[in-house]
Order: sequence, then C-alpha cells, then structure tokens
Amino acid sequence: MASNESLTTSLDAEVLRQRLASLALTEGVRRWDLGASCSTDTSVQVDRGEAKQMKGAQRSAITLRVWNDDGLVGITSTSDLSDAGLARALAGARDASAYGNVDEIPDFSPLATAPLPVLQQPLSTPLSILTLLDTLRDAERDLLGRHPAIGTVPYNGLAQRSSDRLYINSDGACRQQRLSTASLYLYARAEEAGRKPRSSGAVRLAYGAADLDVAGCVQEAAERTIAHLDYAPIATGRYTCVFSPEAFLDLIGAFSSLFNARAVLDGVSLSRRESLGEQLAVPFLSLHDNGLNPANVGAAAFDGEGTPTRRLALLEGGVLRHFLHSEATARAFGVSPTGHAGLGAKVSVGPDWFEIGPTPGSGGGAPGLDRFAPGASGDDRGLVVIDSLSALHAGVKASQGSFSLPFDGWLVQNGASRSIEAATVAGDIRTLLNAILGFEGPAKVTPDGLCPHVWVEGLSITGDA
Amino acid sequence: MLEPLLAGGRSAGADLVEVFLERSDHLGMLAEQDVITSVSPAFGAGAGLRVFLGDRDGFVSTNDLSTAGLRAALEQALGMLGLVLPLQAGGRFDGLPELRDFAAAKEGWLPSCPSLAEATSRLLEGTDRLQAHGQHLQVRRGSYARDWQEVLVAASDGTFARDVRLHQSVGLNVLAADGDHRASLGRRYGTSDSPDDLRQWDAEAAAVDVCSSAGTMLRADYVEAGQFPVVLANRFGGVIFHEACGHLLETTQVERATTPFADMVGQPIAHPSLTAIDEGHTAGAFGSLAMDDEGMEPQRTVLIENGILQRFLSDRAGERRTGHPRTGSGRRQSHAFAAASRMRNTFIAAGPHTPEQLIASVDRGLYCKSMGGGSVGPTGQFNFAVEEGYLIENGSLTRPVKGATLIGDAKEVMPRISMCANDLELAAGFCGSVSGSIFVTVGQPHIKVDTITVGGR
Repeated sequence: MASNESLTTSLDAEVLRQRLASLALTEGVRRWDLGASCSTDTSVQVDRGEAKQMKGAQRSAITLRVWNDDGLVGITSTSDLSDAGLARALAGARDASAYGNVDEIPDFSPLATAPLPVLQQPLSTPLSILTLLDTLRDAERDLLGRHPAIGTVPYNGLAQRSSDRLYINSDGACRQQRLSTASLYLYARAEEAGRKPRSSGAVRLAYGAADLDVAGCVQEAAERTIAHLDYAPIATGRYTCVFSPEAFLDLIGAFSSLFNARAVLDGVSLSRRESLGEQLAVPFLSLHDNGLNPANVGAAAFDGEGTPTRRLALLEGGVLRHFLHSEATARAFGVSPTGHAGLGAKVSVGPDWFEIGPTPGSGGGAPGLDRFAPGASGDDRGLVVIDSLSALHAGVKASQGSFSLPFDGWLVQNGASRSIEAATVAGDIRTLLNAILGFEGPAKVTPDGLCPHVWVEGLSITGDA
Repeated sequence: MLEPLLAGGRSAGADLVEVFLERSDHLGMLAEQDVITSVSPAFGAGAGLRVFLGDRDGFVSTNDLSTAGLRAALEQALGMLGLVLPLQAGGRFDGLPELRDFAAAKEGWLPSCPSLAEATSRLLEGTDRLQAHGQHLQVRRGSYARDWQEVLVAASDGTFARDVRLHQSVGLNVLAADGDHRASLGRRYGTSDSPDDLRQWDAEAAAVDVCSSAGTMLRADYVEAGQFPVVLANRFGGVIFHEACGHLLETTQVERATTPFADMVGQPIAHPSLTAIDEGHTAGAFGSLAMDDEGMEPQRTVLIENGILQRFLSDRAGERRTGHPRTGSGRRQSHAFAAASRMRNTFIAAGPHTPEQLIASVDRGLYCKSMGGGSVGPTGQFNFAVEEGYLIENGSLTRPVKGATLIGDAKEVMPRISMCANDLELAAGFCGSVSGSIFVTVGQPHIKVDTITVGGR
C-alpha cells in the first residue's frame, strides 16, 4: 500500500505553492492552479441512551489543473499530498490535458485576486467526543420524553468539523479559508398501537458544537413528529398548497438549472441565453443567491476558481435577471464570474444559499395569508401544507421541468390540521412559479436558505383515499 | 505495521480491532455531442480503523498512512470507547495468519483497462450512434467510469485478506425536445472484474435502446394518478424490491428499529409466489465480491423463500448488536466509511409465468418498462420514479405515459406481488446508504403488483 507521510491537518498555502511551482518547473508545466482542502471531523450517534457509533476522520484532498503547451486543460485529484503524490497528480493532469476540450478552454478567473468579502465566522475549539456523546444522549432522552409514541430516534447525529481550504494558481493567486462548523440532526420515529409509524425531525447548524441550538432542535423535531401522529389519507385532486420554507427551497434547488449558465450552454436548462429579462414567475417573487448571508453557517468566501462569493439577483419581480457563472460560462456570456464555480476539467456551476421572498414594492401577492384562518382554502377541499419533500433525485426531471414527489404534510380544513398519510405532489416548475399566490409569515432561516411559507394554487396531489 | 496496531488495540482492552487499508484509482470521462468535455482521473489511499468493545464501536478514517498517523487514528478510536493505548502491547493477540490473497490473480487488471485514447474513442462512438439513431435530440451524452480499488483487511480475530476490485460502467443519456415536448432518458451498463468491459460494450445496441425509448416518451402524456395494478419489467425493475424490502432486511435497520420485519424470521412477509435472494457470486455482476469489506467471503443468502422471511443481511456490527450471523455483506464506499450490512446482487427469483400472461391479467393498469431512482424512508415508505411507462388496457399495452411515481409501504406491498414471470435478468446500479455509495445489482423477472399508489397528475 502507498504511504503518505507528509500529511498534516492544516494546509500551509505558501509551502504548497512552492512545492507545486517546483514540481511544475521540473515537469515543464508553466500554467496550473489547484484547490486543496483538509479537515478533521468527529461525530457521534446514539441509540436509546447508548453510544451507537463514534467516528473521527482526517481528510485531505487536492485537485490539480494544468494547461499544456497547446493551451488545453487536464486535471487530476488525489488525497496524497506527499511530494510523490503531487508529482503523480501533475503527470496525470498533463496526460489528461491531451484530451482537453478545444471548444471550451477554462482560464484563471479574472477575479481570483480580487478582494474577498469579510465573513464573521468564529473558529471554535472542538469539544471532546465524549462531550458530544453526552450532549446527544441528553437530546435524545429529551426527545423520547416528549410523547409516549416516540419510541426511537433512528436517525441522529452530532458532528463537528475543522477545515482548511485554499485556491492557488501559477499567476500568484492565493486564497485560504479556515472554518469550524457543527451540525445536529434528530429524526424521530413514533408509532401508536394499530397505527402506522410516523417520522419527522429537525436540523441545526452552528460554528461550534457548543453553539448549537440543541433545545430548539429537540423542540422542532418533537413538534413535527407529534403533528404527524394523527393522520388520514387524502383524496386525489387539485389543491392549493402551502410549501414550508424547507420544502420550497428544496424544490427551487432541484430546479436551479433554470439559473445555471453551465446548464444553459449545455442545453439541459429550461432557460436559454435570451431568457434573461423574461418573466419567469409571478411579478412579486424575488430570488437571490447569497452565500454571504450571515445566517449561512459555513459560507465559502470564494468558489473553486478563487472568485469571491457575492449576492446575485436571479429573479426580481419574477423576471430572470442573472445566471450563476463560472469563469468559462461568464466569458461565453460576456459577463463577470459570479463566484459559483467548482474546479474541474469541465467546471461545474451551482448555487450557494437562496433568499426567497416578495419583491420590494410589488405588494407581495395576496395579503394576510393564514392557513388557519376561516375559509382560507376558499372551498371545502382544504389546503395542503407540504412540510418536506422526498426523493428529489428521482422525482425531479429538471430538464423537462416536471416533478412528482412524495411529501410529508398536513391537510388544513376549517382551521384544523391533520397529517396526510402518504401522498405525492406533481406539476411543472414553470407553471408552479406562475401559480404562486403569496407568502405567509416571515422568512425563516434554514440550512439551504431564507424563505417564508409559499402558497401555490392548483397543484396535483395523489393520495390513498 | 499492522500487527502492532492490532496488538496494541487488544492490549488496551478492545474486543476487536480492524484495520481497512485502501488504494484507489478512478477515471471519469464525459462526452457531449461529439466532443470529450471532461477527463477526470483521481487516485488516493487511506485507512479506516474500527475498534469494538461490547456492542459499541469507534471508527476513525485517515489519509495519513504513516506509522504515526495510523497509531494516532487507533488512539483516537480507542479513546472513543474510554480505552488508552498502553506503552507496551502484550498478550491478547496471537498474530496474523497467512494472507488470504484474492488479489494475486488480479494484479494485471488496471494496466489491462482501456487507455485514455481507447476510452475516449469508445465514448465518442456511443454519442455518434445516438446521433445516428435518435430524432429531435438536443443533448447527447456518454459517460464512462472506471474504479479500481485495492483493499486489505486485518483484524485481531485473525482476519487477514487482500483483494482488488474493478468496476466499469458506461452510460448514454439524451434529451429529446420538440416544441414543448421534452424527454430526458438514460441507460447505464456496468460490470465488475472485467478489464475488457468497455471494449465489449455494444454501443450500437445501447444507442438504439436509448433512442427508441426517448422517441416513445417524447410525446407521452402524463399518467393519471390513482391506485392501479402494475407490471414491472425485468432487469432494473428490481429496484422496487431493493428499495421496498431489501433495505429493510439489512441489520442496520434492525439496529435502528426501523424495519417492520425485525421479529419475523420464519413468518410470511410476502406473497407465496415470491422468493428473493442476495448474493455476491454472479460472475461479472456489479455487486459481486471475492470478499466483503470485512474480509469475509460473500454468501448466497436466501432472504425470502415462497413468501417466508429466511434471513437478514449482516456485518460485524450487525452480528454483535442483533445476533444475526454475518453473511459477507459488510460493505463500504471507501476507507472513510465504517462497513455496514449492505446488499450485493439482489433479485427476485424467476417464476412460472410469461411476461405476456402478467400483462394479460390486468384490465387497467400501468406497465413500467424502465425505472428511475428511488428511496425508502425510516418508516418503510418507499418511492421510485417510472422513467418509461405504458398504460395497460384490457390486457394489452396501449399508450406511453410519463411522470409516474410509485409510492407504498413495504409491509403492504410485498404480499401484493402476486405473479412472477420466467425472465429473470440483472442490472447494474449504485446504492447510497449509511456506508456510502456502493456498486450493486438489482434484478427480477417481470412481476405483477396487484395494486399500488401511482403518483401523477
């Protein structure tokens, strides 16, 4: 087996730059860049008061990209940061560059040396794994005690990570970001005699395990799980639906190719180059991508190409304003990179963190929406509250615009709500974006973004009744 | 290097110490239209150290394979269980036996795989064949992945084994578009332990298959929602059993108390017509293994026989925590994951009927020729997407339909699989779960489910 003797748990950017520069000189490679990361993780899981599994990990990774004498690009990735590993990666990238795409050659981002945003990201000292274990045990015990039907918390975990990532290129760019994060998830399973088991949960993120809102996570997991205990099948038909912030953000994320310049160029987006400026949604919907939102725990200060992260308007007044870009797609569109790139032979593009809500000055759609208000649904059929969507990987056809997704939620009739036994929601994303009625309540911070409850009319629900 | 680790861990008080060492070499490749747009090699090495004490365990993974790095990982894993590595190891470990080397005959596999030039050429042949056979194709994509992995497992119970695995897969995907009509569709083919896999791939047949389905689905109507009898085609139709039942027969689910079948060994859980098997032996199948990731040779495990639950799939932790004997099913994506009980080649056995008899038995229902992905939740609720479906009316296939999702509950659906045809076939797939994404095979003959909820519009 190979050995890897130079590994450290943090990265020295200048040392790595010098090692790569020296190797590249030896191999005759004049132009290169790299993304590297290393991290240490600890995590615990529990099962009815007992430690189920405790894990630790030290990880390192580097992706090296080189330009050959013909200007074509090749890459190689490795976890071996020794001199031998880097030399092999460099040789592999050079070999791969012979098959670089002549039709689209990536370049260094013009913003790879631009000033970075200042992020308030406190570095936390990791807690001992036994402290994590005690914390999770207490949380599990608390959750199990919230209702007699809650018998287990089958999916749970408390994890903390210290990480270091950097971007370096042969033109002198050098980005580095150190980060500590922690996460807690609790998914409870509840079952009453003669009834089907029900499940729900909650997640919390913070910059350190000591800062996690454990009580809030337990409370939310308990409330959500208990709220699904009394369930009934729902009749198949068309309903006005109220998406929870989490569910709506999941759906928008699954269709983010609408806003993705890479997908547009590849022909797999529903948007086209000329879609910019077109009305895509109701005239009161705004959608921004903003990895810099202070509530976005663990925000990246720069993307895979070293471009600074920034806030970008995707929809304003329902009109498509901008696409997410890498260096290459931005060049193809004649704009600046937006800080949403990965690093690869073909550079991927993806969103960071969405902000969704009413467009200022638009009125924000129907006012005063309240699912529990008398006559809220407008008929006897009731409102369907979609709390969480499942199986987005299987049920979303992003390039077709269609979705058919199982969900957990409630039917609200005359101010009373009852959990739905099992159902799917189906539709077309473009139709949905133009069937939004308005927003209910204030925007809520979630791990994927900021969003209020969103009302949508006329969605197809399939149930068992 | 290994024996001092195992001896040290045992001397610290651990019941069992296991070291998993891995080297990997991956190649990913993408062709779009008639151009290679991505060639992505990757290689790496790492170790996963697991320590058991009673039914608890601590697991640490690292990329640092130096003596100091591995020792630090062991100390961390022991510390999770309140154990301390002694200054001097002594007793409680008898040393490793002779290596069981499954890899000896496989040393030449990696250099025998297609070169970059050969692989790119074959992939472009695939996208070229799509162009030749498809209509209204807006996007043509071919992708290839080659995963080579060398693993060595050493444990203080005398396990000491090495293997080399090779998986190759090639896929074709298209997006057909004509006005407002769109259909995206793909197929992936995969084998294990065959360096010539890509060379032997029938690009022509694959392209014809994909283009035929895309052409059919381009103008398909959305399926009407409701509850219908469903006939699922063979091969990848087996994903229904994988998701609906297979995951619930892993001891990880018993440990979590998330399977409704935990106490039902020897009892009926499915229709008497159904027998289901999980094994790791079929030559060339994606889920086949010479040894699992805990160094055990895989067994042929009959899960359900004539509707009666026979066994669970079990790994080291599962055996310790649930009492179900190991089945050679301890699997993990890489050194970064602790092994868990996972499926290998999982299939429903062939039955006595012909596929035509199944379809003829349905007055009004859905024929699922091709399945998309799916998942199962913590309460046994499963779902999966139908990629290519057709209405069954009066015992015959009629119109193509799209947008269907099958949802149900494993405990309720298994007794409704009432007919199995005689055309068992397997298909390669990937399964993501607690120990990462692994290579698996799903399979079945054509089967009939008497009624299931079909989500649609």
